Amino acid sequence: MQTFDLEAQGLRALNQALHNLKDANTNETAWEVVNPKGSHAIAVGVDAPIDITVRGSTGYYCAGMNKQATIRVKGSAGPGVAENMMSGTVIIDGDASQYAGATGRGGLLVIKGNASSRCGISMKGIDIVVHGNIGHMSCFMAQSGNILVLGDAGDALGDSLYEAHLFVRGTVKSLGTDCIEKEMRPEHLAIIADLLKRGEAEHLAKPSDFKRYGSARKLYTFNIDNASSY
Amino acid sequence: MCGIVGLFLKDPKLEPQLGAMLTDMLITMTDRGPDSAGIAIYSNSKVGHGKLTVQSATPGVDFKNLDADLGAALGKPVLMLVKSTHAVLEVPADQLDAARSALRELRPGIKVMSSGEGIEIYKEVGLPKDVAARFEVAKMHGTHGIGHTRMATESAVTTMGAHPFSTGADQCLVHNGSLSNHNGVRRVLKQAGMTFETENDTEVGAAFVSHKLQQGETLGNALEATLTDLDGFFTFVVGTKDGFGVVRDPIACKPAVMAETDQYVAFGSEYRALVNLPGIETARVWEPEPATVYFWER
Repeated sequence: MQTFDLEAQGLRALNQALHNLKDANTNETAWEVVNPKGSHAIAVGVDAPIDITVRGSTGYYCAGMNKQATIRVKGSAGPGVAENMMSGTVIIDGDASQYAGATGRGGLLVIKGNASSRCGISMKGIDIVVHGNIGHMSCFMAQSGNILVLGDAGDALGDSLYEAHLFVRGTVKSLGTDCIEKEMRPEHLAIIADLLKRGEAEHLAKPSDFKRYGSARKLYTFNIDNASSY
Repeated sequence: MCGIVGLFLKDPKLEPQLGAMLTDMLITMTDRGPDSAGIAIYSNSKVGHGKLTVQSATPGVDFKNLDADLGAALGKPVLMLVKSTHAVLEVPADQLDAARSALRELRPGIKVMSSGEGIEIYKEVGLPKDVAARFEVAKMHGTHGIGHTRMATESAVTTMGAHPFSTGADQCLVHNGSLSNHNGVRRVLKQAGMTFETENDTEVGAAFVSHKLQQGETLGNALEATLTDLDGFFTFVVGTKDGFGVVRDPIACKPAVMAETDQYVAFGSEYRALVNLPGIETARVWEPEPATVYFWER
């Protein structure tokens, strides 16, 4: 286990040490970051199959652009956690602030508390599992990937949605433009079962608890009759 | 950008440390707003005593014999404590308005930062650490306080453009964001008798809340009205003699995090600002909801 004291050693040294592991033949595969104290950009741009545990809460952009790594935050995460993640897994034990998982292209983001506004905005292939609630404008222009919400969703869920799958167990305060409830088919139940398992939530819910929301596909191309909806 | 910090103490034992805790929080928010900084601190005043915090660009001239001159004008004793470019003038509470009028005659160059029974406001251009040191904020006692680090967008980097803004007795407001309809709202408020010192958007937000309070609204209702009448981005933190309130616009893109323990309620633009508070590890920490008013009163 490599222990890194962020307060003593500094952010750039941490991220450089983690970046150096790319394509390295190393046995330094387990990392622990102590004293994060809400610092920004912790473990951003990691590209190695390693495990990183952050002991405390983080500020902006933790685990952004992650590839391959498993990053666990033993606290809450500030805005933009796992933004543009490519692959790997990011697990937040507490809450996540706005735009968690934004533009994510792959991998899995698990938030065990609540996520606030704009969760999964413009997601492009990432899977997101939120044990609690998500805030307003979540999944705005979400293009692909899956989001599973065990709690409730705020206003304007999935506004201007493309082909991401949205699964919500609780209430949806309102649906955004062009987002509708859709029929749940067996292949969707299989996706949910897989997400519950990988999202450490199998004990909390079952696939049949959820409703599916998706795109009505009315806004894909410009149509003058929809001008007021764009 | 801009950074906001706020602390409302429930436990009187922490009151001697209020200034030190707020100073630490404020300096942590330096990279959100290195242009200028300000702080409003509320303390329990002696019954019947009022305080005017005033600022001068030429304190050596303006503050010389000011206590005696103001005392003679009011016919009452005046105590003065000079701190760098600011001075606190202690006058009987029922003489606050008279003192303000007298100051306009006696020292036209002086600006009034705050007026009331509990509030003192200190603000200047410069790095938060320098502003806090200049006014010895870390030594101040109090019941609650609000600080701001400014990255200017809507008006010039000047002392008067720094936050907090105080537009009513014992009231203050700080802001992260920008208002887009402030000129229109300012015009309406001017017609209603409110006065303005700057072209700043935040001063309009402060005056809007003060005007509602003058009309007899509660702090909660006054903050609720910002959601319908003010257009733009805002996270506001406001202080009154006994209270502390928070509201975010419905889009809520300006960050905010709060923490509460048995000892205090704290606000920070980022969690970083809260990490050195006592008991933060076990505090209830949450992000205030958009378009939702939070306030605490003694």
